Amino acid sequence: MAANKESVGRTLLVAFLVCLVCAVVVSTAAVTLRPTQEANRILDRQINILRAADRYEPGINVQEEFDKIERRFVDITTGEYVEMPEDYDQRRASRDDDMSRRLTGDQDIASIRRQAKVAEVYLVQNEEGEVTRLILPMHGYGLWSTMYGFLSLETDANTIAGVVFYEHGETPGLGGEIENVRWRANWEGKQLFDDNGNVAFQIIKGNVDSNTPDAEHKVDGLSGATLTANGVTNAVRFWMGENGFGPYLDRLRSDSAQLN
Amino acid sequence: MADAKKKDILFQPIFDNNPIALQILGICSALAVTTQMSTTLTMCVALTVVLVFSNFFVSVIRTQIPSSIRIIVQMTIIASLVIVVDQFLRAYAYDISRQLSVFVGLIITNCIVMGRAEAFAMKNPPGVSFIDGLGNALGYSVVLLAVGFARELLGSGSLFGVEIMPLITEGGWYYSNGLMLLPPSAFFLIGLFIWALRAWKPEQVEEEQFKMAPNSRTSDVF
Repeated sequence: MAANKESVGRTLLVAFLVCLVCAVVVSTAAVTLRPTQEANRILDRQINILRAADRYEPGINVQEEFDKIERRFVDITTGEYVEMPEDYDQRRASRDDDMSRRLTGDQDIASIRRQAKVAEVYLVQNEEGEVTRLILPMHGYGLWSTMYGFLSLETDANTIAGVVFYEHGETPGLGGEIENVRWRANWEGKQLFDDNGNVAFQIIKGNVDSNTPDAEHKVDGLSGATLTANGVTNAVRFWMGENGFGPYLDRLRSDSAQLN
Repeated sequence: MADAKKKDILFQPIFDNNPIALQILGICSALAVTTQMSTTLTMCVALTVVLVFSNFFVSVIRTQIPSSIRIIVQMTIIASLVIVVDQFLRAYAYDISRQLSVFVGLIITNCIVMGRAEAFAMKNPPGVSFIDGLGNALGYSVVLLAVGFARELLGSGSLFGVEIMPLITEGGWYYSNGLMLLPPSAFFLIGLFIWALRAWKPEQVEEEQFKMAPNSRTSDVF
């Protein structure tokens, strides 16, 4: 029996059976749980969009609240609305050669390498159907990781109404504080653009006080997380600048009726 | 007699033969996931499930495993269990699984799991192996929860995300200890844990491998 157990044929048979059983178990688990996982991912994204819109409280019906937000698509180069299929995924598109463009070194201040040609925007509407806020996705490289977030703007396409980061791998307690509610509240009311229409937004070192020049463009730094904060500044400057939503925001600023 | 032995198998790994404190295994995950109690607890549960079932299944087929491929067979079983646990976490504890990120996957390389499969489950029947897995998982969990408790309390002023000591950044009085949020602090805490354990149970102190020579004058040496 013992000699038999060590034979080549027996070894192959045991290896084959173990692999077969394990493969069946693993694939069954993966396939049966996939719909739940996908639902979680979508729910998480919706919650973060609602957070950026200031519409989220724990326990609300996320789906119902989210349906009040309209998703539109914007052509990055022209800033015009375009029609895209319902299942368009900007992140997937930014990896697709045909649907994205490569950024040159001096364009790519947010270190994202490729950018989708069509970006999603979310329009938050009030009861009367007027657009009250604009939510723009942005991402950029921080210290360790690509940080994904949403920037929410007032209808003047200049004043920041809120910001969230929903996916990043920055150091917990230091760079990870970009999720901190108190810090994010500093962004509210800040102006993105200076008088010449350039993105002037910046996260500075230390705190913004009444003596800080151009305080309306500046946000307090995060102590111990200068490089993460620089990454956030670069992400905002890239996505709100000429290679990001710049043309779209220009269009809105010249005529806010074009929001709809 | 048999019952007493089972009890030993279950409880000895907690303090007498702790996988982290005495055998110094499974340290890397103990450093990585202990910044918060919620992630720590999830990791403990995940490891418990994997360890208990890998011990059980390895033990069930132990007489059939040819010795030339036994390690890879153990690895296959462990890796499959880890993937299944990871899939479950992603489906039912999405937030926490996002925070744990790769560390659930890294249970595959956790030395405790492999170590118990090879050292215990290959030689003992399934029932006892199951209990051995549970005991070692408890030993691991005790250390992890202790480290997680200290790190979250001192680093974030909270436990399970519930505020205990209000932070200065949130308008309270506690100035958080940033070191506690970084992996090296877990080294210090595990070190302190081992020190406390060995002060309580001196038989765990290892014999010195080298004896320091007594102070001597240079003139005596040459």
